[in-house]
Amino acid sequence: MIGYVDRVPAADVTSADGSVSAGVPSLDVRGLHYSYPDGHVALRGVDLVVPRGGRVALLGPNGAGKTTLVLHLNGILSGGGGTVTVGGLTVTRDRATLAEIRRRVGIVFQDPDDQLFLPTVAEDVAFGPANLGLRGAELESRVTEALDAVGMTEHRDRAPQHLSFGQRRRVAVATVLAMRPEILVLDEPSSNLDPAARRELAAILRRLPVTMLMVTHDLPYALELCDRAVILDAGRIVADGATAELLADAELLARHRLELPYGFDPALAARQLAAHQGGMVR
Amino acid sequence: MGAGHAHVLYRDRSSPVHRLPPEVKITAMVVFTVAVVATPREAFWAFGGHAILITLVAALARIGPGWLATRALIEVPFVVFAFALPFLGSGDRVHWLGLELSVDGLYGGWNILAKGTLGVLASLVLAGTTTPRDLLLGLDRLRCPQIVTQIATFMLRYLDVLVGEARRMRIARVSRGDDPRFLWQLRGFAAGIGALFLRAFERGERVYLAMVARGYQGRMPDVRRGAGAAGLRHWLAAATVPLAATGVATAAAVLG
Repeated sequence: MIGYVDRVPAADVTSADGSVSAGVPSLDVRGLHYSYPDGHVALRGVDLVVPRGGRVALLGPNGAGKTTLVLHLNGILSGGGGTVTVGGLTVTRDRATLAEIRRRVGIVFQDPDDQLFLPTVAEDVAFGPANLGLRGAELESRVTEALDAVGMTEHRDRAPQHLSFGQRRRVAVATVLAMRPEILVLDEPSSNLDPAARRELAAILRRLPVTMLMVTHDLPYALELCDRAVILDAGRIVADGATAELLADAELLARHRLELPYGFDPALAARQLAAHQGGMVR
Repeated sequence: MGAGHAHVLYRDRSSPVHRLPPEVKITAMVVFTVAVVATPREAFWAFGGHAILITLVAALARIGPGWLATRALIEVPFVVFAFALPFLGSGDRVHWLGLELSVDGLYGGWNILAKGTLGVLASLVLAGTTTPRDLLLGLDRLRCPQIVTQIATFMLRYLDVLVGEARRMRIARVSRGDDPRFLWQLRGFAAGIGALFLRAFERGERVYLAMVARGYQGRMPDVRRGAGAAGLRHWLAAATVPLAATGVATAAAVLG
């Protein structure tokens, strides 16, 4: 590893974006263990590296430890052994480090009603960057930039409870984009969305120029948005490879309680996707 | 509440009263109410003066008397006691329509009724011209403790979510044949309240986690406090009403 930064001075917290050198992965998890206070062992040595600009789907059955892993990425849970390093900065209990880690790791939680707690969309999107110390015009431009990225600019002064579920999820994505994260972590981004909202969100996520870790049960969605996938089961990473290859391995999926939707052909979908992306490039 | 609109009392209009910054309106309302309460109860004309002031502001804010009157009914349970006073009071008595009423009790009842009604009307004019969101902003600018405004902000945001959850639970219960008509059939409803409490509790935890994930460290960033705050012009404009009321109250106290 090169260019390790163990502590970030508080002054850098507001301005540090993109100050990480290109060779350092966005996310580097090593030997992560965790047991809950009741004795339940959730993580048994997780290793995961996501390079800058990588798009990785984190798959696994319920109870595999996916949410526990996500809560480790920004230091909400810790202390079970192992390290989490985000863009070269290792998660510790130090306050300034944690503040910077939470800027770098943008978690979009599954229920947008948990994420959007302020009376208007714009205020909620401003909450994260304001916690970083931004004020005035700079804060305003962050909010506008983030809402633009998810196509919600015209709804900035509306109350979250007056938006559709799909719109709320897009705003939830904007609330973390406003912090210009090093890595975007999405917890079940397609859950509870109708097919149109699901497709619109996919289009938005595909355009975002950030590293992405997507926790999901929605295997076609993983194939559509992430070229690489890892399977987490019983607290360990049990498979890591190209999403299309993993989804084509019916036996592997079955072993870890993962299932494709009825009638879905991963090989055909992968070919269509490749053709579509080729078309977009041209 | 079908569409989840939380503005129960707010009347969406365009008026000079609506445009005033919220902290100015809150202060004016409080000072006006204090002036009303300080007015001696025997000075009937002074209460007429206060009522005219409210009517003028309501007219300026384009809030109709019918709306005010129906919303003001909320005070009824609180002033029932005022109607009992003339019968319960002691001292001199007068006879009216065959009833023997206490003079002191009549004054006491009038006092509660007049001051209560004027206070409720003033609050309604404030609520009708200021969104709940702006009320909280105004309280924040008036240096109300942040813990209070934060709790109220959460209520404002999550009331609809909670009402929605309660409604879905009720529909699910009724769909399975629960049809409570009598008190002893409320078991399902009571269990539902318990489940709702647990869900709200769990949601609180998840909301907190999501806040921490975005860098929350125990204090809300004061982003909006400065922008759009009241200037001298606003304070002077809004001061007219409480100043007039204070004048009326002072005159009533001096003249007796």
